[in-house]
Amino acid sequence: MPGTKRMRCAPGLFVCMAAFAVSAGAAEYAPIPGGSFSSVLPPDGKGAPASVAAFRLRTLPVSNGDFLAFVRAHPQWRRDRVAPLFADSQYLAHWIEPVRIDEAQRNQPVTHVSWFAATAYCEGEHARLPTWYEFEFAAAADETRADARDDAAWRERILEWYARPSTARLPDVGAGVRNFYRIYDMHGLVWEWVGDYASLMVSGDNRDQGDPDLLEFCGAGALSTQDRENYAVLMRVALLSSLQAADTTANVGFRCAMDGSGDER
Amino acid sequence: MKFTGVWLVVAAMALAGGSAAFHAVGSPRAPKAPGGSSRGDFGPPQGAPIHASLTSPPQVPAPIQRNYPARVIVELEVIEKELPISEGVSYTFWTFGGTVPGSFIRVRQGDTVEFHLKNNPNNKMPHNIDLHGVTGPGGGAASSFTAPGHESQFTFKALNQGLYVYHCATAPVGMHVGNGMYGLILIEPPEGLASVDHEYYVMQGDFYTTGKYREKGHQPFDMENAIAEKPTYVVFNGAEGSLTGDKALTAKTNQTVRLFVGNGGPNLVSSFHVIGEIFDKVRYEGGTHEQENVQTTLIPSGGAVMVEFHTEVPGSYILVDHSIFRAFNKGALAMLKVDGPEDKSIYSGKEVDSVYLGDRSAPNLAVVSQATQAAQSGTLTVEDQIKAGQALFNGTCSVCHQANGEGLPNVFPPLAKSDLIAADPKRPIRILLQGLTGKVTVNGKEYNSVMPPMSQLNDDEVANILTFVLNSWGNPGGRVSADEVNKARGAGNVQGKSAGH
Repeated sequence: MPGTKRMRCAPGLFVCMAAFAVSAGAAEYAPIPGGSFSSVLPPDGKGAPASVAAFRLRTLPVSNGDFLAFVRAHPQWRRDRVAPLFADSQYLAHWIEPVRIDEAQRNQPVTHVSWFAATAYCEGEHARLPTWYEFEFAAAADETRADARDDAAWRERILEWYARPSTARLPDVGAGVRNFYRIYDMHGLVWEWVGDYASLMVSGDNRDQGDPDLLEFCGAGALSTQDRENYAVLMRVALLSSLQAADTTANVGFRCAMDGSGDER
Repeated sequence: MKFTGVWLVVAAMALAGGSAAFHAVGSPRAPKAPGGSSRGDFGPPQGAPIHASLTSPPQVPAPIQRNYPARVIVELEVIEKELPISEGVSYTFWTFGGTVPGSFIRVRQGDTVEFHLKNNPNNKMPHNIDLHGVTGPGGGAASSFTAPGHESQFTFKALNQGLYVYHCATAPVGMHVGNGMYGLILIEPPEGLASVDHEYYVMQGDFYTTGKYREKGHQPFDMENAIAEKPTYVVFNGAEGSLTGDKALTAKTNQTVRLFVGNGGPNLVSSFHVIGEIFDKVRYEGGTHEQENVQTTLIPSGGAVMVEFHTEVPGSYILVDHSIFRAFNKGALAMLKVDGPEDKSIYSGKEVDSVYLGDRSAPNLAVVSQATQAAQSGTLTVEDQIKAGQALFNGTCSVCHQANGEGLPNVFPPLAKSDLIAADPKRPIRILLQGLTGKVTVNGKEYNSVMPPMSQLNDDEVANILTFVLNSWGNPGGRVSADEVNKARGAGNVQGKSAGH
């Protein structure tokens, strides 16, 4: 079960991926080579490329079933026992009981989880939340290309999901698009926490008049012609920046990441 | 008057500015009751807090009767929901209160407004609110940034009276506004507004869909068109037909109507006009000053206006954006129905609108004269008639019934696949010659408007137009001859004109 017994996976240990592959029920991680790319949030606020080191990303978002196992193993994360500092009143509110879920929920992505809870879960998988740049890098892919962001059809597909309110039942994890890196559901399923979400510099007011850097990011950046394609990605940033670390919503889930490519020797 | 002369001078100076200030002070044109935030603070709120009752468009909350500043609690919920934008076309709107435009908020100048913004748990997006009636950075936006399933609260004092737009200001702002996130807040002057018989809430917006105008099904937002400022729809109150037919605004003759009209944009400026009425009073830009006797008033995107007019003549008055293609080809059309006795001394009600008629260009006339010659030589074919009829139709009939014969919903009945024509293919002869006024049901929908008699058309022309209509758009086919038209003219005592006019 995730988080109970797991080989520590760290750079320098080989056969790491193999170990995951044979371990029943273990989450699968796919290697992502990293590199430098143009982010919606340039590191210098102007347009310098962001760089990402090789890392591995969980191929599936964490499911209710996964998270239930974690909560059973770590009862301090039960909704009736969690410290209010770490999760708001809606934490896991969609479950039947603190350690019981509807079977139909088992393979749906877990939502109503706080950043703190997501961070703790990933530690249980000897992993961590991905950084924003890691997420953005992996999310730039479509089925066949590492970077599909210039494709209007790809952007349209993302925006179309944004435009639908989430009143319908959430699909199961893995039912959506598998991208170039063999990662599922990077778009079109749920929003996802990232480890450094709190440092995403988007202000509550899109047209913030105070900080020129903010204006760069949010106002000018989003609206200038060269960046207008990034609308779709920027909206993910906007959502994350509206959240506190203890907040939970019906649409925010997560997946985990690990350092290294997994085949270092 | 509540206000002292000192205040008057200060405000006049502020308005006039700089060197003109001294002139303004002594001028009889100095404004009597200018706005100004420095004079809108009537002290701390008094009495028990009041929960504002909000209304959905086109309704407006009742005037405020209070004579003291209060703490007013406003609770507004953001709801992302699918609604029709036109018949058979749905769109996912992001709404303040479940409607587009959002709920109407009415407070009194000097009130302390405790604002609660709730983001429905089923929503996907974070939202916030910028009220143009707020004095403070961002108009409340940064203080109200709210994740789905959460609620924000902030408080402001409504220092400036007037009619103000509110809207969402979350990234990307244009998309949030473009999805319908706007509404109006009225900050009433302490003495209230003059009493009227009807107050209504109308707000224009432009919408951008990936599908074409009236393309059926669910239509997603189109960012490219939004950036290019090429809207698919320009509508009042969030949908084509939201204020027509059974949903038209109503009044009686000899009443005063006040419209609170906003423009949410996100892009277009509105040339707001009511066909057949003249605005007796316009508080332009939603401010304090009044203009009188106005035909068309400009409403900026993110702006609002209060207009008032008195009704004299019964009938249907069409509200339009007089950038007129928006009205007839993008949906910017609403209706006010005025009931009551006719007053022929003011309006005869019988005159033919000659502006739209006889508007035929030279190339069209070629096929028309060809048909006329063929008729004279006895070689006229159905095809000749259809060609000539089409040219005449495009010049005369398509203005209302549209070039595709579909008409306009709730206003002009369709000729395409018309059950009325199918039931009696000769009836259109009488309609053209005599006009048609009052209720008529076509393809299951009721229409109630006026078609004037097309008395300027000669027998050949009427025959050709109707032959074209009978052979177009799924109508039963057939032919109308000039003889038939001539006989119908006689039967109906309609005076015929000689050929060629």
